[in-house]
Amino acid sequence: MAQDTTDLMSKLENEQIKNVTKYAEGTFKTTRIVDGQSVENLHRHVLDVRISHRFGPVSSGIYNFFGLDNATMRLGFDYGITDYVMVGVGHSTYQKTYDAFAKVRLLRQSTGFVEMPVTVSVVSVVAVNTLRQFDSVKTHFSDRVSSVYQILIGRKFSDQLALQLSPTLVIEDNISFDHIRKSEFAVGIGGRQRISKRINFSAEYFYQLPEMKSPNSHNVLSIGIDIGTGGHVFQLHFTNSFGITEKSFITETAGKWNKSNIMYGFNISRVFQLK
Amino acid sequence: MKNIAISWIIIAVAVAPASAQEYFTKNGHIAFFSKTVFEDISAFHNQVISILNVQTGEIRFSLLNKAFHFPKAKMEEDFNDEYIESDRYPRSTFAGSVDHITEINFAKDGSWPVVVTGDLLIHGVIKRITIPGTLTVKSGQISVSSSFRILPEDYHIKIPSIVSYKVAKSIDVTVECLYQKK
Repeated sequence: MAQDTTDLMSKLENEQIKNVTKYAEGTFKTTRIVDGQSVENLHRHVLDVRISHRFGPVSSGIYNFFGLDNATMRLGFDYGITDYVMVGVGHSTYQKTYDAFAKVRLLRQSTGFVEMPVTVSVVSVVAVNTLRQFDSVKTHFSDRVSSVYQILIGRKFSDQLALQLSPTLVIEDNISFDHIRKSEFAVGIGGRQRISKRINFSAEYFYQLPEMKSPNSHNVLSIGIDIGTGGHVFQLHFTNSFGITEKSFITETAGKWNKSNIMYGFNISRVFQLK
Repeated sequence: MKNIAISWIIIAVAVAPASAQEYFTKNGHIAFFSKTVFEDISAFHNQVISILNVQTGEIRFSLLNKAFHFPKAKMEEDFNDEYIESDRYPRSTFAGSVDHITEINFAKDGSWPVVVTGDLLIHGVIKRITIPGTLTVKSGQISVSSSFRILPEDYHIKIPSIVSYKVAKSIDVTVECLYQKK
């Protein structure tokens, strides 16, 4: 008799699994891997207040308090309109940049009724460099606008490991760095590895196609750890990029990843459920 | 070959009357509540599988932890990722029996207080519990309801100290299942 119940139970359980789509949750701990966008979206009606800091080169020594004396920061507000559409605005000290982005999730990794191996999202970012120009040449608003388009393809391989590929198109503005307006392709690769329940190691690297990149720019590499505390996520990292917005860290990283250019940075993310 | 065929028939005949005593549901309801002065947390589940054998009193429940719905997305994420760890422990189950089920007349409408004893499996930890409930028969339909308390620490669920003031030490659980005949 007991065996009978067991058989019926396993039959019902198996039926249920086949009829339920199980989505991969928490592919990344926040909506960014380090500075770049991750395939993670905010849930509906969730506000994420993000404060990102980047300090000067650690090698600048005690006089600069190992870089902490020249901090740049970005203050951002992200909001989930639905579970698969999120938008955000921000202001960054670097080049006095205002930016806005939208991220839409097209496919979601799942097993069960719907089988999908990867999560795919698209991101579009518009940024405006509002730094005063002292050149004699008059700059128009349109010279200050840059935009970035990304396709994010991410997969949570296990509880432990998630990886992401991010092909990126950057359309430069006309005044930053040493750019004259042009477009550039880069491919980002990023991932996270779980260290403990609340601590994850994360890293990202953007490879700029050599024929398109500016001669003075280097590829950005950022490594760090994410610490989640339920509501807050702290990201502590080392990187060679001074900028925090996509255009600046992907195409305007001035220093190589070496002793004299590594900078320390941290992000704080705090989520609020508004409804 | 013939012997095998005969034995299959015997098994089929022997099993048939037994399975006729089985009732099941695929949409049972289970909810739990945590109340503290700082935050009230509630979660609902409406895809609970349950089987009740009215002859032997055997009763079982099984649910996918991921299908619990919380009012806040962050709670659901934390519940799955950090507390119940639903990737490692996808299901919570209960297997037990209703005491003295033979005293219940299923032909008649009415409701009976019952006591159920069995093994509750949550977060990979099995604990034997005894809980009170009510079994109701109404125009041939059988339903059960129950409410009881469990302690997360009994199931090795650790609530981090930074949020522990928001999560009650004991969690109220309610169960409602309406069965259909197999």
